[in-house]
Amino acid sequence: MPQTLEPTQFTGPTQGPEGFGATVTEGAERLARTDLRRQIATLERELGQLFASAFPRREIDWGIGAPGGPRMLPLGELERVRDALAARIADAKSEIGRRADIEEAKRGLLEQVIAAPERHHWVIVSNDDIGEPGCRHWHSRPRWGILGMLFGWWRIRLSSGCPLAMGLRPPAAIRPADDDGP
Amino acid sequence: MSGLDRSELPGVEETAPEAGWVAAHLREEFPGLELRYLTVDGASGRSPRAVKDRLRTLSNRFSGAQAINLRHQPIPWAYRVFYRHIGLDPDEQRTPIEGLALERMHHGGFRSQSLLDDALTIAIVESSVALRAFDADRVSGRPGIRPSEPGEDLEGRPGELPTGTLVIADEQRPLSLLFGALGSGRGVGKRSSRTLLVAVQVTGVPEIAVEEALWLAASVLRT
Repeated sequence: MPQTLEPTQFTGPTQGPEGFGATVTEGAERLARTDLRRQIATLERELGQLFASAFPRREIDWGIGAPGGPRMLPLGELERVRDALAARIADAKSEIGRRADIEEAKRGLLEQVIAAPERHHWVIVSNDDIGEPGCRHWHSRPRWGILGMLFGWWRIRLSSGCPLAMGLRPPAAIRPADDDGP
Repeated sequence: MSGLDRSELPGVEETAPEAGWVAAHLREEFPGLELRYLTVDGASGRSPRAVKDRLRTLSNRFSGAQAINLRHQPIPWAYRVFYRHIGLDPDEQRTPIEGLALERMHHGGFRSQSLLDDALTIAIVESSVALRAFDADRVSGRPGIRPSEPGEDLEGRPGELPTGTLVIADEQRPLSLLFGALGSGRGVGKRSSRTLLVAVQVTGVPEIAVEEALWLAASVLRT
């Protein structure tokens, strides 16, 4: 990302021939704003790629807030948007990396549980734990309840996935009001 | 649509989208910012069955994976970038295509609301281009994009607009915020007889996509 985080080149009013100072400054500022917009575009693309690659992991903060608009942002605010995007990308990368390590460890655990359920009593590993979409989970449990526990008959039970969509719950049945009358 | 004579499409007359104006210094800052518009006879009303069927088909074609990957696609990305450039957060105030994608995910489909809303939905989902609609009979002259002047307001909204707020305006007054609230009475209502379809083009959005969006919306409106 170094090419996108280079400090803005604009350093203040440029000394030009008398009477041309304001024009030169304006031109330099516009160039700086154009450059910042280019950097924001590059960072937004990178954030979009991270967003897609992070799926289905949830609870990662993708927002950066906004200075408020719609309006033409001055140099300082464009810089803040650029910096906030860069910081958000760094945070998201670090969070995705941290979760990837945990998921890798869980995948290792899952392999061990599948290979030897009798050594991993009652362990549950879900798709969420290994960074996969869906509701499936692997559960190490004894065959035939207490009998299986006593004899060490452990096995892996694989859930059947997400509950089926059943639509909205029907309204509760209207019970007839207690009739006090005859 | 290349190679196809649009006048052969049912209900579509051969009218080319026209170019709106963009304030000079805004054009210098955002060279890709353009406004295109098309006036269509007719307004809104109930959607015929054919349009509802089309929405249903579109819902089936639009999956969760597409919604997740929207940001990768050039046109939705271009609007997100432009939102950032003008101080909006596209995760709070959604771009039109992302707003519809979210609605599709929440409700399990694109819901039919009215002929105009359905026309805009179909055109936006198919093209990803940002479209708005105004009552054509309440627009004076050509529409365009400019920053608001000191003391200007948006009809029906309390207080003045902060100076420099980007608005879609006609030659007299602001009609709506750019990608935001509509001025009271400027939208298409029951008494409207003509609709002004407006597309906002930003850097990265090809001309052909803008034209297609306007044509699609117009053809659905003329169904």
